[in-house]
Amino acid sequence: MDIKAYIALSLVLFTIGIVGVLVRRNAIIIFLCVELMLNAVNLLLVAFSKMHALSPAAKASANFAGDAQIFVFFIMVVAAAEVSVGLAIIVMMFRNVHTVDINFLNRLKN
Amino acid sequence: MGTYFSFPDLLIWLPMVAGLLCFLPALRSQSKNLSLLFSLCILGVSIASLFFTNDGKYLTYNHVSYIWLKYLGANYYIGLDGVGRSLTLLTAIVFPMIIGSNFKKEISNTHSFYGLLMFSQAGLMGVFMAMDALSFYFFWELALVPVYFLASRWGGEKAIASTFKFFVYTFAGSLLMLVGIIYIYLHTGGRTFEDGTIAPHSFSLSAFYQATLSTVEQTWLFILFFIAFAIKMPIFPFHTWQPDAYDQSSTPVTMVMSAVMVKMGLLGVYRWLIPMFGQADHMLYHIAILLSVIGIVYASCLAMVQDNIKKLVAYSSIAHIGLMSAALFSMKKIGVQGVFLQMFNHGINIVGIWIVVEIIERKTGIKKIAELGGLAKKAPALTIFLVIISFANIALPLTNAFPGEFMLFSGLYQYNPWLAMVAGLGVILSAVYTLNMVQKVFYGTIKDSTSAVSDIEMHEKLVLSFIILIIFTAGVYPQPLIDLTKSSTDQFFTIIK
Amino acid sequence: MSNTFNLVWLIPALPLLGFLVNGLGRKSLGKSASGFIGSAVVLGSFIFSIMTFMEVRQGHTGVVHFFDFLNVSGLKVAFSFQIDQLSSLFLLIITGVGFLIHVYSTAYMHDEEGKDFAKYFAYLNLFVFSMLLLVMGGNYLILFVGWEGVGLCSYLLIGYWYENNNYTDAAKKAFVMNRIGDLGFLLALFWLIGKTGSMEYGQVLQTATLSKLTAFDITGITLLMFVGATGKSAQIPLFTWLPDAMAGPTPVSALIHAATMVTAGIYLIARSNILFSSAIITQQVITIVGLATAFLAASIALKQNDIKKVLAYSTVSQLGFMFLALGTGNYVAAVFHVMTHAFFKALMFLGSGSVIHAMGGEQDIRNMGGLHKHMKITSITFLIGCLAISGIPGFSGFFSKDEILAGAFGYNTIVYSVALFTALMTAFYMFRLYIVTFTGKFRGTHDQEHHLHESPKAMTIPLIILAILSIIGGYIGIPEVLGGHHQLAAYLSPVIPQIHHHLSHETELILMGLSTLLVVCSITFAWIRFRNFKINHNHNSLASFLENKWYIDELYQFAVVKPIQKASSLFQLFLENRIIDGSVNGVGKLVNYGSRQLRLLQSGQVGAYVLLMVIGMLILFVIQFFVS
Repeated sequence: MDIKAYIALSLVLFTIGIVGVLVRRNAIIIFLCVELMLNAVNLLLVAFSKMHALSPAAKASANFAGDAQIFVFFIMVVAAAEVSVGLAIIVMMFRNVHTVDINFLNRLKN
Repeated sequence: MGTYFSFPDLLIWLPMVAGLLCFLPALRSQSKNLSLLFSLCILGVSIASLFFTNDGKYLTYNHVSYIWLKYLGANYYIGLDGVGRSLTLLTAIVFPMIIGSNFKKEISNTHSFYGLLMFSQAGLMGVFMAMDALSFYFFWELALVPVYFLASRWGGEKAIASTFKFFVYTFAGSLLMLVGIIYIYLHTGGRTFEDGTIAPHSFSLSAFYQATLSTVEQTWLFILFFIAFAIKMPIFPFHTWQPDAYDQSSTPVTMVMSAVMVKMGLLGVYRWLIPMFGQADHMLYHIAILLSVIGIVYASCLAMVQDNIKKLVAYSSIAHIGLMSAALFSMKKIGVQGVFLQMFNHGINIVGIWIVVEIIERKTGIKKIAELGGLAKKAPALTIFLVIISFANIALPLTNAFPGEFMLFSGLYQYNPWLAMVAGLGVILSAVYTLNMVQKVFYGTIKDSTSAVSDIEMHEKLVLSFIILIIFTAGVYPQPLIDLTKSSTDQFFTIIK
Repeated sequence: MSNTFNLVWLIPALPLLGFLVNGLGRKSLGKSASGFIGSAVVLGSFIFSIMTFMEVRQGHTGVVHFFDFLNVSGLKVAFSFQIDQLSSLFLLIITGVGFLIHVYSTAYMHDEEGKDFAKYFAYLNLFVFSMLLLVMGGNYLILFVGWEGVGLCSYLLIGYWYENNNYTDAAKKAFVMNRIGDLGFLLALFWLIGKTGSMEYGQVLQTATLSKLTAFDITGITLLMFVGATGKSAQIPLFTWLPDAMAGPTPVSALIHAATMVTAGIYLIARSNILFSSAIITQQVITIVGLATAFLAASIALKQNDIKKVLAYSTVSQLGFMFLALGTGNYVAAVFHVMTHAFFKALMFLGSGSVIHAMGGEQDIRNMGGLHKHMKITSITFLIGCLAISGIPGFSGFFSKDEILAGAFGYNTIVYSVALFTALMTAFYMFRLYIVTFTGKFRGTHDQEHHLHESPKAMTIPLIILAILSIIGGYIGIPEVLGGHHQLAAYLSPVIPQIHHHLSHETELILMGLSTLLVVCSITFAWIRFRNFKINHNHNSLASFLENKWYIDELYQFAVVKPIQKASSLFQLFLENRIIDGSVNGVGKLVNYGSRQLRLLQSGQVGAYVLLMVIGMLILFVIQFFVS
């Protein structure tokens, strides 16, 4: 498949993520959107990796150009850890202030 | 013996060690005696260094060079040349006088005061001897920091504000200079050290002189350095920190600032600015001279209307420095020689004035000229000292300032007669404000404020007599001082050719 | 070179020694000791001066070199003394008259405290030292050293009674006005250095060197030197300090402000006569200034009532005459008049001091009168002084003044007539002074009259000696027309080339006769007018104009002093505080303000931060894709 399709998809996902972070106020949704952006980038990484692996130059060289596939797993692992920490923070926040509205959570200001 | 010790090392390390010793808990109570002792030793070293001039045989006594930051091409390089010798001598003479004249003064936190004072001496010595741009910058700042603390902690009511102004002013100048130094550094050739290491660029003075810079670059760098030095000297219109700082700092600190620190700027112009930027737009030299000359007249005018005796002295100092800077920038041989001579003599005279001002202030608690009067009746010895020093300050013949001022004017005249004439107005105005001051403070009838004043004490008399001795010796027979810096003049004109 | 020249350094060194001893020992020395030391050292100088003079008369002249004062690239100035006819003559005047005045002072200042008494003699000795440096210096720089030195001593001695603010004001004025002149002199020196690279008389004042200078250079240098001379010798426009300088003790006025220091300008120009002779414009300027000063000062003197002020203006006027002589190229006449004037003016000042002493400090002649019968010696010697200054034949002033007038006649008839008129005024006001002071009835208080007495010997003997000198001093310069040889001109001829007279003997005789006749008329008129002097208070406008000294002090105050003070205050208030300091503080304030504004961006809203981040990223994208 053409790489352009992957780029387009990941762009769309990334934009949805950004827009989500900007317009929503619910911390969980924002968190999801951040994850979406992360995965959009991840997707692009896989796609490019695949593309390079199929190129003639890569085939000619002795080095297999599929390292990025492994990096993706790394990223997913780190993301999972991050999600657990992030969600835990949000849960703790909810317990304390009974809301996850970020506009309410600006008490560090001043 | 040159391999084991050298004059530059001693001149820097003696005050440094003295400063550190002052802070030792065991020696704190002795800090005053300690620093007096050390400063006298330094004076001895400095005088000894006059006899070991740079004629090959004694070269190692006068130059110290260690590899400092190898890969940056920076050496720790300090050395004594003619001007350095005269300025370190000035520093070495001034510090014992400062300590001696304030010997009986109660100073809070004595040990840190004297410790910092000695540190500032180390920094000043370093500035006058540094032959490597990085060392120069290092000492430049080293001299500033202790003086900042001295001025702000032991000053008058508004000392914090005025010292802050002083610090920000000079520090802004220093930063501009640092930018300049780095820029030039990047345009220097490589440097090979004794051990074979090759650095891509070099901080050495000679490398800086030979840096490949276009005219435009030189022009811009000239401006950067000029502002830094102009603030330090200070010349019009960069001078406004000075009257406040002199007024608010305690007198020993003011003495350090006015007698020695202002010479840093002039030295910078002589050793760094002019030789480095020979191809800078020549208009800049004219502007620098013009500013200096304006400063002479302007500061003299302001000195006439000052009511505060300390500010009066501050403005008169600006006028004197303006004349030196004008002569230096006009680059006429006789004028430059005069600058070297005058740098020394100005330092001596102004210390004398400050000592007298300090005594007046301590005895009456007053700085306002209008409130004083009749001191001549109460303190005849003090009056005689002040009158002599004042007349030295306005360069009466047979006092030390006369030969210098004559040469300065002579150089400026060769540059432009009209400017010399305008600057000459300073000669007249200086007589006006100095005599005004003498008249209002010392002559006339005794007032309430001065009725309880006693004459000066022995230690003050001693220091002042020493100053008078220098004033007349250097006034009647100035040739040794001229010869001391002659090599520097010749060197200066070989480099700028 | 002879042995005397080896000792020539003692001439200035002795007064310097006296200064040091009196100055340092002022507390321990008694009055008689310090007076003795002060006078003895000057006497010593006088003796050495005579020896030098004798030596020079035999034709031995030379430069005595001591050490290099300044030796820098492009300029070498030696500390050396020039011993020649001109300087040896001045040496005699300075040390001779100086010695008499020192002796006089021991009596005059006797009421002072011991410490102040010693201080006075220290200053006086320092003055003699500086003045000797001035005339002996082998180059312009040493001359300048003495030049400033005498200014300093003048300052110190005018302000000797420092508790009086008016006196210290006068001292300050004298010093500052001298400094204005000094600046001109300095600039002349710089010009000279720039063109010839030297300041030694031996090198500069030679035709070979002069050929290096263009006419413009010479005119400029000489004009600037003349500016210096106007300051020191109290000529227009810098003359107003001299009358004020009378604040000092009277012997000081006699020594410094009549006999010696004020003639320094004449010495300078006479010394540089080669330069001045080739600068025609300068000579014209000098002539006009000298003449104008002579006239102006004489007219003011007509209406002054302070005995010392009259003499002071008379001094200014006489100095004007000397400059007139210099301007007309008649250098010998100027030097001649310096000498005779030193005698008779010192005499009159000391005489006035004797009067003031007797009157207990009173200086207003309206309160005197009839003093002749109380103090005969003072009166007679004073009369001799008046006759001498008026130019009565037989007295010294006649010869010198007549020579000046004759020169002026050869120069220009208008100049001559003004000068002659001024000479008549001189005779008139001098005899007004004499008649009002010494004749008629005493007008002072009863106390004063009771106290009147002749002064002690230490004061009268100098008066007598000076009176004798005032009579015979002129005989060294008897003009040919009266059968003399003008020995002075012959003596000075190696330094000052002799000018040949354009005037025929008949003309000269007619001029002498005319001026003598008119002077006698003028004196007679004064006698008729003031014989029965009474204080009257109705003034006409011309009289008050003259009494107020043409309002020149007020003019200077208004046109120079006030504007400078105003400008300085303006600088302080506006330029210094508002603009320069304001802009420095402004930078600080700007940073503060800017930071406060920037702080608002830190809102604490995460959304806002993210939005900004996104905008930033978008901008980067746009730049990345569309710009490059």
